[in-house]
Amino acid sequence: MTQLLLNIDPVLIDWSRAQFALTAMFHWIFVPITLGILFIIAIMETVYVKTGNPEWKRITKFWMKLFAINFAIGVATGIILEFEFGTNWSNYSWFVGDIFGAPLAIEGIMAFFMETIFIAVMFFGWNKVSKKFHLTATWLTALGANLSALWILVANAWMQYPAGMQFNPDTARNEMVDFWEVLFSPVAVNKFLHTVTSGYTLAALFVIGVSSYFLLRKRETLLAKRSIVIASVFGFISVMALIFTGHGSAVQVAEHQPMKLAAMEGLYEGGQEAELIGFAILNPNKEVDNDEKPYLFKVGFKGVLSFLIDFDTKTYVPGIADLVYGDEQNQILPTEERMRKGKIAMNALIAYKEFKEQGNEEEAKLQYDILMDNYKHFGYSYVKDPRDIVPHVPTVFYSFHIMVIFGTMFVLVFLIFAWLTITNKIENFKFAKLLYIIGLACIPMAFIASEAGWVVAEVGRQPWVVQDLMTVDAGVTNISSGAVQTTFWIFAFIFTGLLIAEVSIMLKFIKDGPAKPENEGGK
Amino acid sequence: MITAEITHLFFQQYWWLLVSLLGALLAFLLFVQGGQTLIYTIGKTETERKMIVNTLGRKWEFTFTTLVTFGGALFAAFPLFYATSFGGAYWLWIVLLLAFTLQAVSYEFRSKAANVFGKKFYEILLFINGLVGTVIIGTVVGTFFNGADFSLNMLNNVTWHNETRGLETLLNWHSVSLGLSVFFLARILGALYFILTIQNENIFRRSKKQILINLIPFLICFLSFLTYLMIKEGFAVDANGTIFMEKYKYLHNLLDMPIVLASLLIGIIGVLWGVLKTLFGKNNYEKGFWFVAPGTVLTVFSLFAIAGLNNTSFYPSIADLQSSLTIQNSSSSLFTLKIMSYVSLFIPVMLALAIISWRAINKHKITEDEMNEKNGKSY
Repeated sequence: MTQLLLNIDPVLIDWSRAQFALTAMFHWIFVPITLGILFIIAIMETVYVKTGNPEWKRITKFWMKLFAINFAIGVATGIILEFEFGTNWSNYSWFVGDIFGAPLAIEGIMAFFMETIFIAVMFFGWNKVSKKFHLTATWLTALGANLSALWILVANAWMQYPAGMQFNPDTARNEMVDFWEVLFSPVAVNKFLHTVTSGYTLAALFVIGVSSYFLLRKRETLLAKRSIVIASVFGFISVMALIFTGHGSAVQVAEHQPMKLAAMEGLYEGGQEAELIGFAILNPNKEVDNDEKPYLFKVGFKGVLSFLIDFDTKTYVPGIADLVYGDEQNQILPTEERMRKGKIAMNALIAYKEFKEQGNEEEAKLQYDILMDNYKHFGYSYVKDPRDIVPHVPTVFYSFHIMVIFGTMFVLVFLIFAWLTITNKIENFKFAKLLYIIGLACIPMAFIASEAGWVVAEVGRQPWVVQDLMTVDAGVTNISSGAVQTTFWIFAFIFTGLLIAEVSIMLKFIKDGPAKPENEGGK
Repeated sequence: MITAEITHLFFQQYWWLLVSLLGALLAFLLFVQGGQTLIYTIGKTETERKMIVNTLGRKWEFTFTTLVTFGGALFAAFPLFYATSFGGAYWLWIVLLLAFTLQAVSYEFRSKAANVFGKKFYEILLFINGLVGTVIIGTVVGTFFNGADFSLNMLNNVTWHNETRGLETLLNWHSVSLGLSVFFLARILGALYFILTIQNENIFRRSKKQILINLIPFLICFLSFLTYLMIKEGFAVDANGTIFMEKYKYLHNLLDMPIVLASLLIGIIGVLWGVLKTLFGKNNYEKGFWFVAPGTVLTVFSLFAIAGLNNTSFYPSIADLQSSLTIQNSSSSLFTLKIMSYVSLFIPVMLALAIISWRAINKHKITEDEMNEKNGKSY
């Protein structure tokens, strides 16, 4: 029995988390461009097919080549993520595999296959298939890529808000009982929409940034302006949807992961009329168990956080301390109490298994009921100290605010670019040069905002690998930390090499510019 | 209750057959990997190598996607296998992963300007992927018959009993003989694919020679694998789920499932027919690939079938026999398998689309002229 009680090396957990974070963040450099630029390319190709204007074909092919360079490396890192659930989080893989595996497999069977099949036509079919077939392939590639995102995000959302399942003590795992609840959980829907629209926004900024470079150099101005028109309109619609779904996501976080919300806002003491922090410097000495002030400096709006959650400034929002120590008035159990209930659940599971083995069905049934009554606290049996349920607040707080501030700025960027290109005034604009520089600067900013979003989502839910049901300590593969450390550095080394090569190829490709028009008529 | 058991078993078998099918398709699509190990052996000039890389480059994603889907299907249908093997045989899977990670960028980056490391570097990566990818995938499948060094506790958490975390498998000659068979067969398939898709006299001639050269070690490895498989003890499971050793288990499986036996025999005949017709047929026969490829699919499908069906443990434990995995004790719940079975109806749709796309791209052979076009997409 003792082997069930965890004795996992904390160094192993840190390295396993670091490895997953490294792979996920590296993967996420390439995926958002893919998600968005495919639609931009599909729109451009549609214009080409409708007008028959070869310049549009040239524009389409230029962005398609940039997409291709980016795509390969996204695929390369994606497979690592899929396998890492097994290699580094094997206990997790069993505990939730009955639910989590399905979306992953569906992603492979339906979405990824579709993308692969049509990418072949998109890249190599220019002169081999009809224009319409080619255009259809491009749209279907875009759809396939976004469907891939749907399934993997459904899987991720499930970890944040486990829905549509029931624990089965015989197999010691959670089993799916309602597929639609998994697929259409409000967390999943919001997460999908928020994440893909962030990808569209980033891709649009990428196109605007690269086009700005051409305008700055006074080359390829027609290509650049046409690309900006499409990207800025597409980007504006995307960023508005992004903000809207971001709000939706925050509402879900408030409901299902209140600790994450508290960390996002650096809110230690909760209450009604909770304040929305515009920006703040956190007090580095602040801990949940001391009386230090949470902020050294802040710009806040009283009641706005409460209002954003359900349009009522009086809504109660729990703070970090309330969640750790409990708040009787607002029916929040102290973490210690949840830990106690979690242990009851765990012991009942062990007793259930033993009675089952002895063939004592009656006792087993009793233990089963105890287990089920306490199951929603199950994961707390792994928590050693109530303060361990607090994520790293500064990381979550700053990432969240950077994401929001940058995201809001992008609205303005899209509007200005759209206005100036649609009215064809951009080249005569007084501050054109400055605008192009801003356009270029938006590329790294979009990447930072996008990665920051994932940091909020994933660091913000620590220590849970499945919210309230399993901690990272319990989900990790039992292996020497040295092994994971070694693979971490191998991955880091390879990723760095790949990134250097990819950036170098992209920069050279952009510098050389698209193929000359006189070569048109080739493939 | 009994109906529920039967239904669950039905879906478990259905999913094992699907996993077998994906595994079999993957084995045939490994022609891309096999071809990658022949770039310099068959391509003697820059243009020849370019043609070789391009004909493979138009298909590498199919192999890659099949591998990902194979992994995803295993996770969804047999999550305990995923958790046990991936977490347990850590290094084996990591090495495989790295081999495929490096492949994915190599086609795209190889001939691009400013690719930092040079063309040769990416060609080396393609070679490594071709060698390591095929040998390890084959060896892992070999463990289905020879077992692995793990045990499971009450919560089904895995403990691996060997410090090398999976690499010890590389010392099991029987598993490795399957790995090497996959490698040599992939090379034969690769060379056949060049003959099928490239319009070039030299490539044709050298490919033919490579088929002969790789046929000999393939036959030695595969026949010794198959012979020993037929005479060795296997991991059987009784009605209570207890695992026990049974003499000639895999031979019994073949005899108990005549369709599988037929599939194996037809598969082997298909492979040999395609190879021999290419080597000794009249008028420079070019279509041998279309015999060897389905032959490979049928053969590998049969191997998967005898590993998991007919009351057999498909992932046996040599550390603790009763920890061994069967399609019954490692599968997803009935509900999940049912849901997944609806999804599996998309597999034929995807296969049909894949065939359409394949045919559209392969309508004409790759020629030197096409490679020299400036504005085309080529690797």
